[in-house]
Amino acid sequence: MGVFPAIIAAIDAGLEGREDLPGLDRLLSMAEEVLVAWLVAQGQPVPRDEVEGFWLLGLHRQGARANPSFNACRETCREIVFRRNVALLYPDEADHAHKLMAMVVKHLALFVGGKLEQTGLGEFCCSARPLHVAEAD
Amino acid sequence: MAKDMERPKSLKQVAYYPGCALEGTGHAYNRSTKAVGKALGLDLVEVKDWNCCGAMEVKNIDPQVQTYLSARNLAKTEEMGFDVVMAPCNGCYHNLKKAEYDLAHNRQAVEANARIAGKAGHHAYQPGGVETIHALDWIKRAVGEEELARRTAGKLKGMKIANYYGCMYTRPRHIFPQNDRGGESESSYKPHFMDDLLAAAGAENVDFPLKTACCGGAHAMSDADTSTELVLNILTTAEACGAEVIATECPTCHTSLEIHQLRAEKLLGRKTTVKILYFTQLLGLALGLSQRKVGVQENMADPRGYLKARGLG
Repeated sequence: MGVFPAIIAAIDAGLEGREDLPGLDRLLSMAEEVLVAWLVAQGQPVPRDEVEGFWLLGLHRQGARANPSFNACRETCREIVFRRNVALLYPDEADHAHKLMAMVVKHLALFVGGKLEQTGLGEFCCSARPLHVAEAD
Repeated sequence: MAKDMERPKSLKQVAYYPGCALEGTGHAYNRSTKAVGKALGLDLVEVKDWNCCGAMEVKNIDPQVQTYLSARNLAKTEEMGFDVVMAPCNGCYHNLKKAEYDLAHNRQAVEANARIAGKAGHHAYQPGGVETIHALDWIKRAVGEEELARRTAGKLKGMKIANYYGCMYTRPRHIFPQNDRGGESESSYKPHFMDDLLAAAGAENVDFPLKTACCGGAHAMSDADTSTELVLNILTTAEACGAEVIATECPTCHTSLEIHQLRAEKLLGRKTTVKILYFTQLLGLALGLSQRKVGVQENMADPRGYLKARGLG
């Protein structure tokens, strides 16, 4: 199973109660794996820099540097960090924040996975332009 | 240009650019936007002989042709004597704003616009002549929350809403220079205009983490399964946040949510019950308009029973 299906399957199993939901740190690393896979597929360097204390945000910044439309998942990444912080800082809200963090990580995996597939298929707002430009040439 | 944009303008009567989607799948948005405007004493004058904004397709092939297509609509707005045009569709709003930006910053775009406009036989639009606003902007600035609260008398009280703005309403940030100025301005990162308007009508906005996430709208033709998964995740997340309704302000997002809600149930056996309504439909109902008047019967995922049970329309 590839990185995206495995992440989505693990989160779904947790959300549906078949298994424990992946922990906060594991969810964060899943999101990082998604962005690393994107950068590698784009032939971009994988930075080690953190932004605001999070590697995830550093990875996103690198992805957007080469492709501004990658900012379509900027807030998704920031929400992942935010929900994690809420889960760690506010015990009364921890379970709900943990669940929402999982759902947002799943969205990131679906979005980036979809973008990678569409890069080959074309006709997707964020990734299709290079294909169409090549066709027009 | 910036100085001109900062001048207070009357928004009681503005030019209206519905765009293609509002004549098709987004017809209920068109209908409810006009109905809400009328109920609030606002006047929309449709841009004469408007054309497609270039949407995503033209932009992918030749961005300068897309800039021209959007600029032509701004030129037509000017010819009618208006300096504000309201575009309720996120794609149109984005493209008109992008044309404004390109013509102010990109010499090639200016030249292409002048060349094509010359061939088409109309004046080439110059940046700074027209301000493009969204329907959210329009109602917020022309009416405001205080007046809206007075007119709606809390009719949406108790309704839990997840406000979904989609990915184009505030992106890319540089084409929306009016945002992120503090105070009453819209936020690129945490948009709140729809939250503000619906809260004024009594609604309870839930803390929804996917308000600007991708709905997969543009995947719909080539990879419908990914769209369905993305939408299903938006719907289930909204439900996990306690939402009974997802409010939308873009016809592409709205249609995507509705179609894939049905598709998820049919193909994946995943039923979600959250209702999907344009914010203008919700405001219209709160203003006492009938369900028919705001086009609820045109929604694919039928919310009529839910609304009736809430005493709306």
